[in-house]
Amino acid sequence: MAKPKMSSTVCVHGGVKPVELSGPIITPIVHCAPFAFNSTAEVIEFQEGRSSRRQPEYGRMGNPTVACVESRLAALEGAERALLFASGMAAVTSLLLSLLKSGDHVVMTRDSYRRTRDFCTTFLSKFGVEVTLVDPSLCEIEKALRPSTVMIFSESPTNPYLHVMDIEGLARLGKNQGRLTVVDSTFGTPFNIRPIELGIDLVIHSATKYLGGHNDLISGVVAGSEELLQPLAEMRSNLGGITDPNTAFLLERGLKTLALRMERHNANGLALAQFLESHPKVRRVYYPGLPSHPHHEIAKQQMAGFGGVVSFEIDGDLEKTARFIDQLNLPHLTPSLGGVESLVEQVVVMSYWQMPKEEREKLGLKDNLVRYSLGIENIEDIVRDVAQALDKI
Amino acid sequence: MSGFLSRDTSYNERLMHLKTRLIHHPGAVCEHTGAVSPPIYQVSTFRQHGVNRHKGFEYSRGENPTRQVFEQYVADLEGGTRGFAFASGMAAISACFMLLKAGDHIVATEGLYGGTFRVLSRVFERFNLRYSFVDTNDIDAVNSAFRDETRMVYVETPSNPLMVITDIARISELAHSRKALVVVDNTFMSPYLQRPLELGADISVHSASKFLGGHSDVIAGVAVVKDQEVASRMKWVQVSVGGILGPLDSWLLVRGMKTLGVRLSHSQESAQAIATWLCGRPEVERVYYPGLATHPRAEIHREQADGGGAILSFSLRPTIDVEKFLTSLKVWSLAVSLGAVESIVTQPSRMTHASYPSELRERIGVTDQLVRLSVGLEDVDDLIGDLEEAFEKSQVDGRKP
Repeated sequence: MAKPKMSSTVCVHGGVKPVELSGPIITPIVHCAPFAFNSTAEVIEFQEGRSSRRQPEYGRMGNPTVACVESRLAALEGAERALLFASGMAAVTSLLLSLLKSGDHVVMTRDSYRRTRDFCTTFLSKFGVEVTLVDPSLCEIEKALRPSTVMIFSESPTNPYLHVMDIEGLARLGKNQGRLTVVDSTFGTPFNIRPIELGIDLVIHSATKYLGGHNDLISGVVAGSEELLQPLAEMRSNLGGITDPNTAFLLERGLKTLALRMERHNANGLALAQFLESHPKVRRVYYPGLPSHPHHEIAKQQMAGFGGVVSFEIDGDLEKTARFIDQLNLPHLTPSLGGVESLVEQVVVMSYWQMPKEEREKLGLKDNLVRYSLGIENIEDIVRDVAQALDKI
Repeated sequence: MSGFLSRDTSYNERLMHLKTRLIHHPGAVCEHTGAVSPPIYQVSTFRQHGVNRHKGFEYSRGENPTRQVFEQYVADLEGGTRGFAFASGMAAISACFMLLKAGDHIVATEGLYGGTFRVLSRVFERFNLRYSFVDTNDIDAVNSAFRDETRMVYVETPSNPLMVITDIARISELAHSRKALVVVDNTFMSPYLQRPLELGADISVHSASKFLGGHSDVIAGVAVVKDQEVASRMKWVQVSVGGILGPLDSWLLVRGMKTLGVRLSHSQESAQAIATWLCGRPEVERVYYPGLATHPRAEIHREQADGGGAILSFSLRPTIDVEKFLTSLKVWSLAVSLGAVESIVTQPSRMTHASYPSELRERIGVTDQLVRLSVGLEDVDDLIGDLEEAFEKSQVDGRKP
């Protein structure tokens, strides 16, 4: 199984170059709604697909700035094509809405971003799509398959417990039986893993996270084959969840340092996980880079690094964990992840506070669970801060 | 605005390493909304609650909240009292010269950036500002260039493009004993690698378009001042002359600086490898890079900076057709500017230093065979491979050297 080796050169130069207007080395920001034609003949040529022009007539169908960034994302992911959306959720929902129909069945991993799961179990079910939630293992997925199963959807690593799927195995489950496989690779990033190269059909990212990397934009991406993405592009034009050119520009700017940032995120993540594992006030650490992680072996085989998110349980209850969080000085107390700034959250407080405790427990969400998204700060500062907070509880 | 919201303020920020201060800087968090990215205040004027009663912001030429975040951020890294952001590096450099008056004299590093040379020789000379160019590391030369009216020593270290090093502490001591201000153009190093104010200089000036912004998408300058008295003079120049930086560009700089550490560490490592590789090439006559042990002032540089940086120059032997070499490169962009994620190649004699009279240019060593490299973030193997291929394609008459 091949681990990816990302070229920083592709981060800086990948994809198509901006239109040769005046030789700028930066993709221009084209803020434009309608795109004009020179003549009726040109319009007709374009309508009949005989024109060399790629730019559609209207910005909702496509934008030159966005197209440049999409092609760089495709190059990074090893995909034929990539499409940008207004948010990670716009990417997920547009994808599901374009590929599913009433009567279809979807198998999905239970440990996943809450809103993705909720959309499938509440919204899609209203339209006759059935969803089965399973534990993130090939065996559980296989058991849940039915003749009507058209899609297997998994995060890897998952949120917040960082389970790692056997991606090649997952791809085989789909390919052998004509089912689509979709992986939300937000926590992985193309620096650490490239699911399409391992046989997966579609890859999703919340580009807000590592791809953008600066906690200052909201965007999502789907990558895959031209064949699967063309209908999705049509669906995007209808649903309208597009990325604006300025966000696309910032995303491309972020991508230029993706390889550098990921090297640091990986190093910081592993160092904090190792520190926490040896600390008496920490009950358990979830990080695929640790040999104690149940999926360490498969993670080691398919991933170049293990990312900057570390989840761990404080040896204590909800209140004690909250005290730990409030003693931290360096990370911002906020959801999200994957930016240059370290962020921290107590998962049940930040994301599941409205959910009754029994239901939280059914999903396996523990009161004492902390999710720490490491930024690119100096690791000694991060560890010293965590150590002093642990000392105070 | 505070870097740490309103949480424990006893946390000792000074203990934090530079890499952490690059992320958690003054103004990084908006105190009104908790946004971890500072707001872009695209605004010219501010409503007052009584005549001249306001929250410190009156008109954006004077103070703008977004610009202020950038100014404080750089000042914090440089260890200065205040930072002043300008519309370009030249606007920042010109503001330094505007601290002086007619009849004053400047001692400046020989061979400095062509734009600085141009503004001195074609603008400030008309207002009777005098200047002499010397090797600013040669104390005897500096001493003999000093006049009674000398009020400023202007240093580039490493100098552009020949990477001549000046001992900042030593020149500052000398200048201060003669009541002159010391300005250091710190563009090539950035505060991540060199902090002139901590070494004794009075002003550290930058083209922020380079390493600070880092993404080739902003034109900006900044001057960081050590002392309160000089700061109020600089503030007066900034407000009166008005070459200020806009809010959106200020914000892009703040965003770019978050990765200053990882960018420079990576580029510096590649630059060191490229410099070493060039030293072994038969096409290359001489390599100018302060990270090489063979650099005549490597020792001084090592003491005042944390590495050789990401810029280097080299001279090609006459067996190489420079024009052909430059146009054969594919990964390297032939362009002016430097300090970006993209690697850039420049021929200083015809590009950055074209404003020098040709005789003077030849005398200081900026010949047509000289090439300057700004190393970006690409894989170093791709960069070296591209140079190697271009060497092969640019042999004069197809000869091997």
